[in-house]
Amino acid sequence: MHKTNHKYPPERAERILEFLLKKELVEEIIGDLEEQFYKTLDQKGYRAARRKYWYQMLNYLRPFALKNIQSLDTNFYDMYRNYLKIGFRHLWRNLRFSLINIGGLAMGMTIAILIGLWINNEFSYNKNFINHDRIAQVFLRIDFEENIETQAVLPITVGSQLQENYGDDFEYIVMANWPGKHILSRDQKVLTKKGQYMDIEGPHMLSLNMIKGSRDGLNEPGSILISASAAQVYFGEQDPMGQSMIIDNELSVQVTGVYEDFPVNSSWDDLDFIAPWQLYVNSYSWVKRARDEQIWDDNSYLCYTQIASNAKWTSVQSRIENLVYDNVGSGYQALQPKIILQPMANWHLRSKWTEGQQKGGLIQYVYLFGIIGFFVLLLACINFMNLSTAQSERRAKEIGVRKSLGSMRNQLVNQFLTESYLISFIAFVLAIVATIALLPAFNQIANTSIVFPFSSVLFWMICLACLLITGFLAGSYPAFYLSSFKPVNILKGLKVDGKPSVLFRKTLVVVQFTISIVLIIGTIAVQRQIQFSKNRDLGYQQEGRIMMELSTTDFEGKYHTLRNQLIANGAIEDMATSSSPMTGIWNTNGGFSWSGKSEKDNNDFATIFITHDYGNTVGWELTQGRDFSRDFKTDSIAYIINESAVKYMNLDEPVGTPIRWHGGREHPVIGVVKDMTMKSPFEPAIPSIYIMDYTVNTNFIFMKLNPELPTKEALARCKAVFAEIGPNVPFDVEFADEVYGKKFARLERIGQLSNIFAILAILISCLGLFGLAAYTAAQRTREIGIRKVLGASVSNLWQLLSKDFILLVLIACGIGIPLAYWGVHNWLQNYEYRTSIGISIFLIAVGATLLITLLTVSFQAIYAARKSPVESIKV
Amino acid sequence: MKETRLGEFEEVILLLVGILGDEAYALRISEEFEAQTKRAVSIGSVHSTLSRLEGKGFLESEMGKPSATRGGRRKRIYAITAIGEQVLKEARDFKISLWQQFPGFNLGNFKLTLY
Repeated sequence: MHKTNHKYPPERAERILEFLLKKELVEEIIGDLEEQFYKTLDQKGYRAARRKYWYQMLNYLRPFALKNIQSLDTNFYDMYRNYLKIGFRHLWRNLRFSLINIGGLAMGMTIAILIGLWINNEFSYNKNFINHDRIAQVFLRIDFEENIETQAVLPITVGSQLQENYGDDFEYIVMANWPGKHILSRDQKVLTKKGQYMDIEGPHMLSLNMIKGSRDGLNEPGSILISASAAQVYFGEQDPMGQSMIIDNELSVQVTGVYEDFPVNSSWDDLDFIAPWQLYVNSYSWVKRARDEQIWDDNSYLCYTQIASNAKWTSVQSRIENLVYDNVGSGYQALQPKIILQPMANWHLRSKWTEGQQKGGLIQYVYLFGIIGFFVLLLACINFMNLSTAQSERRAKEIGVRKSLGSMRNQLVNQFLTESYLISFIAFVLAIVATIALLPAFNQIANTSIVFPFSSVLFWMICLACLLITGFLAGSYPAFYLSSFKPVNILKGLKVDGKPSVLFRKTLVVVQFTISIVLIIGTIAVQRQIQFSKNRDLGYQQEGRIMMELSTTDFEGKYHTLRNQLIANGAIEDMATSSSPMTGIWNTNGGFSWSGKSEKDNNDFATIFITHDYGNTVGWELTQGRDFSRDFKTDSIAYIINESAVKYMNLDEPVGTPIRWHGGREHPVIGVVKDMTMKSPFEPAIPSIYIMDYTVNTNFIFMKLNPELPTKEALARCKAVFAEIGPNVPFDVEFADEVYGKKFARLERIGQLSNIFAILAILISCLGLFGLAAYTAAQRTREIGIRKVLGASVSNLWQLLSKDFILLVLIACGIGIPLAYWGVHNWLQNYEYRTSIGISIFLIAVGATLLITLLTVSFQAIYAARKSPVESIKV
Repeated sequence: MKETRLGEFEEVILLLVGILGDEAYALRISEEFEAQTKRAVSIGSVHSTLSRLEGKGFLESEMGKPSATRGGRRKRIYAITAIGEQVLKEARDFKISLWQQFPGFNLGNFKLTLY
C-alpha cells in the first residue's frame, strides 16, 4: 500500500454544518468552504487550511443559516433568570459554605480531569501509526517445566517461513534486531545513538513521515534512515541526503532519508536511526549463519507484522501457531513452542505475560486511577449534598412561600438543579484553570508530556457531559428533598430537618471516609513495597560501579592494557567485562547436564560470561569454594554457580561437581556465590552459571571507581585512558545504581500519584466535615449556651460535639479496612518478592484519619463551646 | 413596506455582485471584498448579507453548475435585480447631492468625473 497522504477538509466541522444548517443551504456553503480549503491548502498548507475552515464554519452559525428553532416561551427564561439571581444571592450570603462547596468540587474536578487526560494519553500510545490496528509483534511461547516463558525474541527463520507459507495473511513481515545503542559517526562526530536494523518494508509498516527521501530508503544494503533530531545533530543546516556515516566504526552507510522523530508516546520514541536488515545479516557472521543454516533454536531476533486488510486476528493466529513446532526436533517439541501475535494495541497497556497468558500490565493502573478519579469526584459531590441538605432549614421559608404562591414541585426541582449547575460551572471553570496550572507538575510526576487539549471538541464535549452529570448528581438529592417540604408545616415553623436526612448525611460521611481510608492504606502499602524491594540484599555492590556498553570490537585484545592503565593512574580499583549488565540478564541457555539430573530439569540457566576480575569488581559474596584465580590455569574452563542454581540442581556438594554443556567437556564448579539480584527487584534470582570468557561475549566493561577520588576526577581519568586506547568509541558510561533505580520508576510514579490523590481525598472529605461541623454547632448554639450556664466545661462540650463524628469515622474504618486489605493483597500478588501487610499499616491509617477528623471537628467545636452564653442564648 | 435603505457593507456587496457577474457567489464575493477593501470578512457574514438583500428583492439567485474542486457541489450565483440597481443609483445620487453641498467641493470638474 503506497497511498499518498491526501488531505481532506476537517470532517467534524463539516458534520456540524450539515447538522445545524438549513437543508437548502448546506450544498452551496460546504461547497464554498471546500473550495476555499483546497485553495488555502495549496498556498499556505494543511494547518492553515484547517484553521480557516473551522473559522468559517463558526462564522456560519448565524440566525439566517441555522435551522429554525422553535421559539420559546419567554416566561420560561424569566423564571430561570430568577433562579440564577436567587442562586447567586444565596451563594453570596453563605459565603463560607459556598467556598467549601465550590473549592471541594473544583478540587475533585481537577483530579478527575487530570486523570482523564492521563488515561487518554495512555490509550493514545502508538495510535500515530496509520495501521496501528493491524500491526502485531510475533512472540514465542515456550512451556518450560517450572514456568511458561513468553518472549519477543525468535529464531531468524520465522520471518522467511511466515512469508513463504502464510504470505497471503500478511501485508508486511519485518524482521529486526533488538533496538539498542550503537556508535554512529560522521567525520569527527562520534556519538552513541539508539538504532535498529529493519527489513525494507519497516518504514512502510510504521508509516514513517519522511522529511527527506522516501520510505523506500532501506532498499540498498548500504543505506541508513536517520531521525530529524539526529540529522540536526550530525549535519546542522547541511543537507544530510547522500552523506556517508559509519555504524559501530565498521559499517559505512549513506543517508537515504530523514524521518520525523517518533512521537513520545510510541514504542519507538527515541529511535535515532534505522538501518537495513540486509546489512545486519551480511555484516555479522553469527546472524548470517543463523539465516543460512536455518537455525531454529537461536532466539535473538524480533519480528513485526502487519496482517492483510481482509485477514482476521484469530484465524491468522491459529494458522501460524505451530510454525516453530513443526520445524524443530522432538526434544524441543516437548516444550510446546507456540507462535503468538501480540497486536499493537496491547504493547503498551497489556504487556505482562504470566504462564503464557496475557495478563494485565499498565492497564490495571489505568483502571485503578479511573476508579480513583471517579471516587474523588464523588467525594466532592457528597460534600455538596451534605451541605445543601444541612442548610435546608434556612431555605425552608423560601420554599414554603414559593409553594403557597403556586410553584409546582418540578419548578422547585428545576430551581435547585439550576443552583447546583451554577456551582458546578463555577467549580468547573476553576478546575480548568487549576488543571492548566498543574499540568507541568503533573507531567513531571507521571513522566508524560500531556498538552492541554484546548482545541479538542471531543474533550470539551466530555467535560460538558461530566459537568452535567456532576451537577445532577450533586443537586438531585437536595432538589428532590427540599422540594418535598409541606408548605403548611414550614410556615407554621415546624422542624423540617427530619431523621431521614440526618441519617442520609451520616451515611454519606461514612462513604467519604471509607474511600479516604482505602486510599490512605493503599498509598502506605505502595510506599512499603517500594521500600521493601529497595532494601533487598542484592548480593553484590552497586555503589561506585560504572558500566560501559560495547557495540564495537575496538577493545578486543586490549583487556589487560586497559585494566592496567586504569589501575595505574588511580582511576579505578578494578575492572572486568561481562556479557550482561549488572542490572540485567541478557543470555539464558539450556543444554546443561550434571550427575543426578532428572529428565524434567530442562530449565534455562542465566549464562553470564565474565573475566577473572568480575568478582572483585562487583563485590560478590562467595559462600562456598573460591573465586576464579589466575593462579590456576584450569580455571578458564571452570564454572561458578549461584545458590539458586545449587538448589535447582539439587547438589549436596556443589564444589567439584562437573557440569557438561551440550554434552561437551566437563566443567568443574569451583565456587558458589550468593544470589545476585540483577534483573528484577521484585522477582527471585534465577539459577545462574558464571563462565570465563575474554573474547566473544564482552558486551560490557564494568569498573569499580577508586573511592579515594572524587567521582568526577575518577571519571575524568578513566576518560583519558579510554580516549587513548579506543579513540573512536565515545566514553558513555552509566552508574549501576542509577540504572537499577530506574526499575522502581514506574512503581514510584504510582506511589507519588496515589499519595497526591489520597491527600486530596482526605482534604475534600475534611472540607465537608468542617462545613458539617460548623452547621451542627450553629444549630445547637442555644443548647450549648444553656449547658454552659448550667456548668458544662469547654471540654465537656467539645466531647459532646465531636463524639458523633468520631463514631462515623470509626464505622468508616470498619468498612474500609477489609476492603483495603483485599485490594492491597491482590495488588501485591503482582510481585513475587513482596512486603507483608502488617497490622501497623492499618493502625497508622486509622490513627491519622482520626487525628485529622478530630482537628477538623474540634476547631468548630471549641469555637462554639468558648462562645459566651450571653450571646448565644440571646438570639 | 420593506426597508429600502442600504448600509455601507450592503452597498459594497451589491456593487461587487454587479462587478463579478457570473462569478458572483459567496466565496468569490468575500475574496473580492477582502482584495478591494483590505478588510477581513468571513464567508458567513457575506452570505448572511446576500440572503438579506435577496429577501429585500435587490438580488436574485440561482444554482450554478457542480465543480470538482467543491466535491461536486453546486454554487449559488447572485445577480442584481432592477430594483437593486435602482436602489444603488439612489444611494449614489444621494451621496453626490450631499457632496455638492459640501463647501470645498462644489467645483464643476468634480461633477464631470462622476458622469
